[in-house]
Amino acid sequence: MNSPDAEFEAVIGLEIHVQLSTETKMFCGCRLSFGDPPNTHTCPICLGHPGVLPVPNRRAIEYALLIAAALGCEVAPSSIFHRKNYFYPDNPKAYQISQFDVPIASGGNLAGVRIHRAHLEEDAAKMIHVGTSGRIQGSDASLVDFNRAGTPLVEIVTEPDLTSGAQVREWGQLLRATVRQLGVSDVNMEEGSLRCDANVSIRPKGSDQLGTKTEMKNMNSFRFLERGIEAEIERQTGILRNGGQVVQETLHFDPATGELHPLRSKEEAHDYRYMPEPDLVPVAPDSGMLEAAAAALPELPEAREARYRDELGIQEGAARLMSVETAWAEFFEGMLESEPEIEPKVAANWLTGELAAELRRQDDISLGSSPVTPANLARLVGMVQAKRVSNASAKDVLVKMVSEGADPEQVVVGEGLEQISDSGELESIVDAVIEANPGPAGEVLGGNEKAIGALVGAVMKEAGGRVDGGEVNRLLRERLTAD
Amino acid sequence: MIDREQVAHVARLARLKLSEEEAGEFAVELSAILDHVDLLASVDTDGVEPTTHVVELVNVLREDVPGIELTVQQATANAPESEDGAFRVPSPQAEA
Repeated sequence: MNSPDAEFEAVIGLEIHVQLSTETKMFCGCRLSFGDPPNTHTCPICLGHPGVLPVPNRRAIEYALLIAAALGCEVAPSSIFHRKNYFYPDNPKAYQISQFDVPIASGGNLAGVRIHRAHLEEDAAKMIHVGTSGRIQGSDASLVDFNRAGTPLVEIVTEPDLTSGAQVREWGQLLRATVRQLGVSDVNMEEGSLRCDANVSIRPKGSDQLGTKTEMKNMNSFRFLERGIEAEIERQTGILRNGGQVVQETLHFDPATGELHPLRSKEEAHDYRYMPEPDLVPVAPDSGMLEAAAAALPELPEAREARYRDELGIQEGAARLMSVETAWAEFFEGMLESEPEIEPKVAANWLTGELAAELRRQDDISLGSSPVTPANLARLVGMVQAKRVSNASAKDVLVKMVSEGADPEQVVVGEGLEQISDSGELESIVDAVIEANPGPAGEVLGGNEKAIGALVGAVMKEAGGRVDGGEVNRLLRERLTAD
Repeated sequence: MIDREQVAHVARLARLKLSEEEAGEFAVELSAILDHVDLLASVDTDGVEPTTHVVELVNVLREDVPGIELTVQQATANAPESEDGAFRVPSPQAEA
């Protein structure tokens, strides 16, 4: 499914809009909000009244410079704003202030996908279509809410370097994690603080010409985007294979039905008649601003994944998860900090394997809302590593840690889960079990290795899980082969 | 030189309804404006840095500090129609 087929290959480029989490809008002092009643954060500037003067938000510029630094972009010594003219009720000025031929950042690369440019602009108002039906097409009126109008956006445009829906999802998740790590946006796709459009075309394999592209707008999750892209690749492949031609259009993918529908565009022919915004002077980041951005760069997910994998020996899947999901990385780092002697690899496995599974099992609790602390999980891992508790017991302890917020030390001591370290005690249990199960014991003696499982289980049960399965196995074999 | 067709196109983008007669008049007037710009373009600007602004200022920025906002009533006071605090407008899809 990922490759269209042997004849064709897909060429995909992305445009990602990131809403910046500044306190106020791009060009006026109205507060940013999500979910507030309509038009409770407006002023003459973001309502587009005549004669007003926009002034850019310094923090929005700083955030854009941070994004530029994180993506390895070159920052323009002097960039300017343009008016992008279009008529639509979401924009009462009849133009959006954006950047055109001199964006604040250009070039760059994230995980092998080249960044074409990143520019600053303002978001439009939110429109709710009301009337005969919920769908755009049948509605007869729209309600316009300007709370969102003027929210600072950074639009990141990639080169067409992606080739499949799955790759788009993975890369998109990495980009989202990267921007989240910068602390410049909530990057919440469902709330629209991160929006992703994909340009999809296909061409004969190996060709260096680009085919006619279609644009897929505004999916609210990377999984849906992945599915939409796969569906579109299939559709275009079908057209070309039947000798048809792809028509350039904007599409909406309906995740519920898996169907693609053409959307009517805001502006015929995209004739935006860009002109330099006369109300704004150029933005020329000085060395102080650039140095501040460079100094503020945290460790980014791409680098973190490499460090986890290469320096700490953590498996690829766990390293990926912890680099893309900041909360997991912070939890992991907290574990190592609290118990420096635990093996990072073992700690990562307990976190992304056992704890993750237990959280899912118990009502799909999120890591952030679970009562398990990094220190507690690290303590448990430490006890396993020191062979104070068996793996099996530790998993039982973990269940209580998740359900009751229990302290592992207390559970282990309180419930007598410490492993039997006295070999005499364990040996006597083993002997008793062999005596009580002459059947399986005889089979093992007779060469049936598999029969040992029943005996191991019996010993574990007898010992209440307080023993190491490997040790039990070893002792049983010793008894049942020695002679 | 701007012809009627270009005038009609620009008018459509600007949502202006022009009569045939008006389109003819604007074709003449807009052409005159462009001729004037051509005249300006004939000035020798070799060695002159292109600018987009007449004042030599950069980085006129404001701090990220909340300012005064309008109330919902003020914001929608001049709207021909409003509903639940929102501006109510004809569906742009229906109009197109």
